[in-house]
Amino acid sequence: MSKSQRFSWFVFSSPQSFYPLAGTLQPWFAALAFLLCAAGLYIGFLVAPTDAQQGESYRIIFIHVPAAWMSMFIYLVMGFWSGVGLVLNTRLSSMVATALAPTGALFTFIALWSGALWGKPTWGTWWVWDARLTSELILLFLYIGFMALQAAIDDPRRADKAGAVLALVGVVNIPIIYFSVQWWSTLHQGASVSMKSAPTMAATMLLGMLVMALGFWMYSIAATLARVRCVILERERHTDWVAAEIGGQS
Amino acid sequence: MLEARRLECTRGERRLFSELSFKLGRGQLLRVAGANGSGKTSLLRIMCGLVAPSAGELRWRGRPIRAEREEYSRNLVFIGHLNALKDDLTALENLQIAAALGGMPADAGRMLAGLDRFGVAHCAELPAKVLSQGQRRRVALARLALSPAVPLWILDEPFSALDVGAVVELERLLSAHLAPGGMVVLTTHQEVQVVAHAVLRVDLDAHAAALLAA
Amino acid sequence: MIRALGWVLRRDLLLAFRRRGDVVNALVFFVIVVSLFPLGVGPEASQLRNMAPGVLWVAALLACMLSLARLYAPDHQDGTLEQMLLAGEPLVVLVMGKVIAHWLVSGLPLVLMAPMLGLQFDLPGDALAVLCVSLLIGTPILSLIGAVGAALTLGVRGSGVLVSLLVLPLYVPVLIFGAGSVGATASGTGAEPHLLLLGGFLALALVLAPWASAAALRIAME
Repeated sequence: MSKSQRFSWFVFSSPQSFYPLAGTLQPWFAALAFLLCAAGLYIGFLVAPTDAQQGESYRIIFIHVPAAWMSMFIYLVMGFWSGVGLVLNTRLSSMVATALAPTGALFTFIALWSGALWGKPTWGTWWVWDARLTSELILLFLYIGFMALQAAIDDPRRADKAGAVLALVGVVNIPIIYFSVQWWSTLHQGASVSMKSAPTMAATMLLGMLVMALGFWMYSIAATLARVRCVILERERHTDWVAAEIGGQS
Repeated sequence: MLEARRLECTRGERRLFSELSFKLGRGQLLRVAGANGSGKTSLLRIMCGLVAPSAGELRWRGRPIRAEREEYSRNLVFIGHLNALKDDLTALENLQIAAALGGMPADAGRMLAGLDRFGVAHCAELPAKVLSQGQRRRVALARLALSPAVPLWILDEPFSALDVGAVVELERLLSAHLAPGGMVVLTTHQEVQVVAHAVLRVDLDAHAAALLAA
Repeated sequence: MIRALGWVLRRDLLLAFRRRGDVVNALVFFVIVVSLFPLGVGPEASQLRNMAPGVLWVAALLACMLSLARLYAPDHQDGTLEQMLLAGEPLVVLVMGKVIAHWLVSGLPLVLMAPMLGLQFDLPGDALAVLCVSLLIGTPILSLIGAVGAALTLGVRGSGVLVSLLVLPLYVPVLIFGAGSVGATASGTGAEPHLLLLGGFLALALVLAPWASAAALRIAME
């Protein structure tokens, strides 16, 4: 959301003017992402103290929790841009939403995998039906549903709008789903199995997670900017400026 | 009463037409012509309010139809390519639903009169799936016989699948609708013998609108 | 407006009655799926009793979802859906009529069949009663949410499977509290909170889903 608020609203709301802007910004965000992720990993794997109960294996939390945060955040952002595209009938907002989805799904996937990697040494099983993992699984289905729906509809504007309705329905449902799964988890398993981080959270652990989260955020922006450029080229391929762009590159 | 201003329609990646403007007044017939695929059906669907034009606007009695879609829908009857008949309902039941959704009284007597106008009253109790193509078209068109009070009739290829007798009957019905000030928009590949105050022609291929005094 | 809703409701009920086979097929699917589970996990009574709420609810959910293919697709194919969009009535009202008809034909029979199937799983009487109530409140929610999914995938290739993909994650809260209510009764903790929450979901779905479904229909028909 920060990328368009920094500049005048109208100037960059057309795909044609956004394309070069995205191209300029993207390497900066990628560099920031690299630096922040490296810092986060450093803090997480080298600086943060060993946990009393779980030893070294808990360190996966520095990937698992930020990835889970990003997966939720991206869905909300995707829902927002989708909604804007639906209400204001702007093409670029919908393209941004389409570009966000694979990154969001990726983080959901990372959260699930890192959860499994955590579960194995800690509890001996590759999968644990705790509240967060189960919610992440359902969130993954929501992302896949969004991408599948957009892929199945041929007309791009219809795909944009249908995706927007679905994303908004998802945004309304996510708190409900999260709450339901939370309730379901505590009922069936009690407090014993939980991936909520170690009860005493050292300051360095929190710092590490925040830095990683920022790094992931920068990565998301970089990846989305790169992807939205592809989406713009594909959707606007009949316009003169795209023909010139592609012609100039070959 | 119906005014189109610089309509543009883009389906998928093709621009079917642009900068299309015309005005349709009371008692006038608008005939949309053009080769297959030139956008006739798309134009009609834009005129119904089902599809938004990619540019330009449509106005009914001076107000944009986007603003008051329901109100506008009450002022039109659309009969498209598909007959909008449920196979498992009888002709009578189909017509009743159509009338009820159109806000008209749906008593059986009125429905039978409508069916009779097109010579399919004997099909009233038959399910639509056993009727022939022509009979189904007539049942679909029977709705028009019930809708003299609805000002705008939008018809997509109404004459298809009709025999000579039915064609004459439909032309009579259209003339009767136009005389007191009704409006008709239709697409057709054949010549229409209808009495109207004026017949407009929008030829999407030539992309020109010519006014022919009837 | 109510008159229009009544007409749409009557029309859909009449159509379902004339195609009774389709309706019965969905019910048979429900019974078959439920019967598959004991065959899969073994006939041990206490295990089946524990599984029963979940199994019955999942089967009801799947049966409801299968029947979504009948909600809008046939009307879309013969052009009657287009006419509904052009009726002078608010589309939300017509959608509500269709959803009510869908529930009466696809959801209510599940509610009526469930006790019999629950007996196969040796559920006690009070659990059976709660099962029925939970399905009674829950199946309308399934129809309402399903109506949004069906409208979004109208005319899209592969829509049968795609609808499941879209709609099943959204069904999860209903499943959790529906099956949870029966489990709570069986274990003695009381089903009221679950049923009240389900009622809350139903209220929310009644307000939001017809509107979302109508919006999705307009998008699909463009």
